[in-house]
Amino acid sequence: MNGGFRTCPTTSLKVHRQADNLIKANAVVAVVALLVGGIAAILVLLTRWQVVHLLDATQFYRWLTIHGMNMLIFFIIFFEMAILYFAGPVLLNCRVPAPKIGWAAFLLMVVGTLMVEWTMFAGKADVLFTSYVPLKAHPAFYLGIILFAVGALIVCGIFFATLVVAKREKTYEGSMPLVAYGGLTAAIIAVITLVHGAAIYIPTFLWSIGIGNVDPQVYRMVWWGLGHSSQQINVAAMVAVWYLLGALTVGAVVINEKISRTAFVLYILFISMASAHHLLVDPGMGSAWKIVNTSYFMYMAVLASMIHGFTVPAGIEVGQRIRGFNKGMFEWLRRAPWGDPGFSSLVFSVIIFGFIGGITGVTFGTEQINIIAHNTLRIPGHFHATVVAGTAMAFMGVTYYVIPLIFRKKVAFWGLAKIQPYLFAIGMVLFSVTMTFAGSFGVPRRHWDITFTGAPFDVAFSPAVNLVIGVMAIGGLLAALGGAIFILCTVWSVFLGEKMDEGGPEYV
Amino acid sequence: MHTGVEPPKGVWWKPAHKSEKVWVWVAFVWCMILFAMMPLWHWKGGQNPSGIRARVEPAAFQARTMEFIEQYQVGVDNGIPVVEPPPGSDIYMYGRMWAWEPVLKLKTNTEYVLHLSSLDLNHGFNLYPLNINFQIVPGYDYGLRITTSEAGDYRVICNEFCGVGHHLMVGRVIVEDGPEPFAGDDDPNVFKVKPIAANAGGDR
Repeated sequence: MNGGFRTCPTTSLKVHRQADNLIKANAVVAVVALLVGGIAAILVLLTRWQVVHLLDATQFYRWLTIHGMNMLIFFIIFFEMAILYFAGPVLLNCRVPAPKIGWAAFLLMVVGTLMVEWTMFAGKADVLFTSYVPLKAHPAFYLGIILFAVGALIVCGIFFATLVVAKREKTYEGSMPLVAYGGLTAAIIAVITLVHGAAIYIPTFLWSIGIGNVDPQVYRMVWWGLGHSSQQINVAAMVAVWYLLGALTVGAVVINEKISRTAFVLYILFISMASAHHLLVDPGMGSAWKIVNTSYFMYMAVLASMIHGFTVPAGIEVGQRIRGFNKGMFEWLRRAPWGDPGFSSLVFSVIIFGFIGGITGVTFGTEQINIIAHNTLRIPGHFHATVVAGTAMAFMGVTYYVIPLIFRKKVAFWGLAKIQPYLFAIGMVLFSVTMTFAGSFGVPRRHWDITFTGAPFDVAFSPAVNLVIGVMAIGGLLAALGGAIFILCTVWSVFLGEKMDEGGPEYV
Repeated sequence: MHTGVEPPKGVWWKPAHKSEKVWVWVAFVWCMILFAMMPLWHWKGGQNPSGIRARVEPAAFQARTMEFIEQYQVGVDNGIPVVEPPPGSDIYMYGRMWAWEPVLKLKTNTEYVLHLSSLDLNHGFNLYPLNINFQIVPGYDYGLRITTSEAGDYRVICNEFCGVGHHLMVGRVIVEDGPEPFAGDDDPNVFKVKPIAANAGGDR
């Protein structure tokens, strides 16, 4: 009943029933969180666009909190749990070890999520995503995050156990595939991240019920060990998905295992300390501390991304050439499957992550440049290019393959799905670039009213600010349209879509 | 050749193709240049976020600021005291929900030690239109050695979320003409309020 394998007709991988079901459950919750976070995104955007200025101040900060938590925590991490069940059991032809614990972890994460959602929607946690102490939320907010994190940690444990079981039961020959290796990188970084999370959220939870105290500067330091490292889980998972999408869409090859795997190891070694770049203009740390952590340690992680930024496109080119697209310099690119949303998402994800997200991130992570960027709109401009146009876009792209391969359903509204990555990419480029520009004019992030109505002194931003914010709004709405199409296609396919095999897949 | 979803068989630790090797070296050298830039800039440049750092109880910081206001107050602006401290002195400003106090009246080409702290939550110090930003954390005194280089009527915008009145939190710094500019100062810890903000857009 609960066991059995089916053989995937497309990839001939052996897929365990429990892997199928756990991937489905986690992916569905991820898309629900994306929907909630997406609605919040539109409300926040229409408020920051001063022409509309939709919400009042209380509602604005509430929806901004909802946006941050749903997108950066719930959507992304549930999706990454699905990726771990794919990169482990599916790619290694292995059963899910301890599926019951997997379901318990899933339940724990859902309960944690619901607790956090409740506190946010009830107005008991208007503390934004970072919840900087001494801003105080309802204890259920912190407890919900702790439960969620414990659940995620258990899933990482199941992933590690899968590697052991697969090796022992000899379910594959040779070394683990690169995509599974990338998944392992993400899982290791996830453990580092969640340990930081426990180190900060447990004392903060105790403080919220009146036990002990938390120093605001120590909070910022340890919290960013969670807040930034969790973005590194995203990066590692995203790069794994790049290799996966390359393989699925055009048969991209791994041009050199040594180089790609070493680059993944660089992420593990250097990324945690890099979270210090959030504290470059903080009073609590000295220059030596800031320089060592952000300079040396961060750039070695940057190196890893630069390597993947070469090997992924190179793998696509070699894969295409093997398939016979050998004419001239660029036939491989011209004849690539641009109408496949998996492929176009992959290309946009690589380009926008690297050229907009990467360049802004590396420059703002410099001690001196950070002085003119910290807490302005430049910062969200940067991370929307990395985490939305990079990670979320890659995850959306791979979903177009998860639907047929795992859910065994045809993707509905294929015509819309084909243009979805283009809409989303154009929208996100406009959005993140103009947001960055607005920040360079000094426009603050996380701010309800940049006309400062009622403030004791007037602030007159350059008239150009109105223009860039206007373009930002248009870009944001385009991206939201792309996101809405994605949700329509996936939800429709999963619940109302046409089945790939009548009577469902057979598990034997 | 195999894809990323196939397990490589046998030994995969093989030398990389020449183009890949070249790229890895280019990227590595570039990262080393970036690595060298930050400390170099710190030692040779004139604008660094390093200052005199100390822990301070919010109440003590408030008391010290009140004393400072009493000593040098020259007026009131929108209900906020205006303070004109002597050149070279330690000057104080605190952020609280939701104001920056006091208003500072400074002279150009003069050095001060600007002490910033918060009485309640995290606040963000943004000197507009120069677009210069510091994180203000309760319990910490952020002492910045500043040299005022341009006269002007500046604003202090709070850019760290501090509750529902966050957008009301605007302070003021007035810089009036003072002594003639002096020759360059090589102390890297001097935070010069330089017109790097020319690229920050404001035309105030």
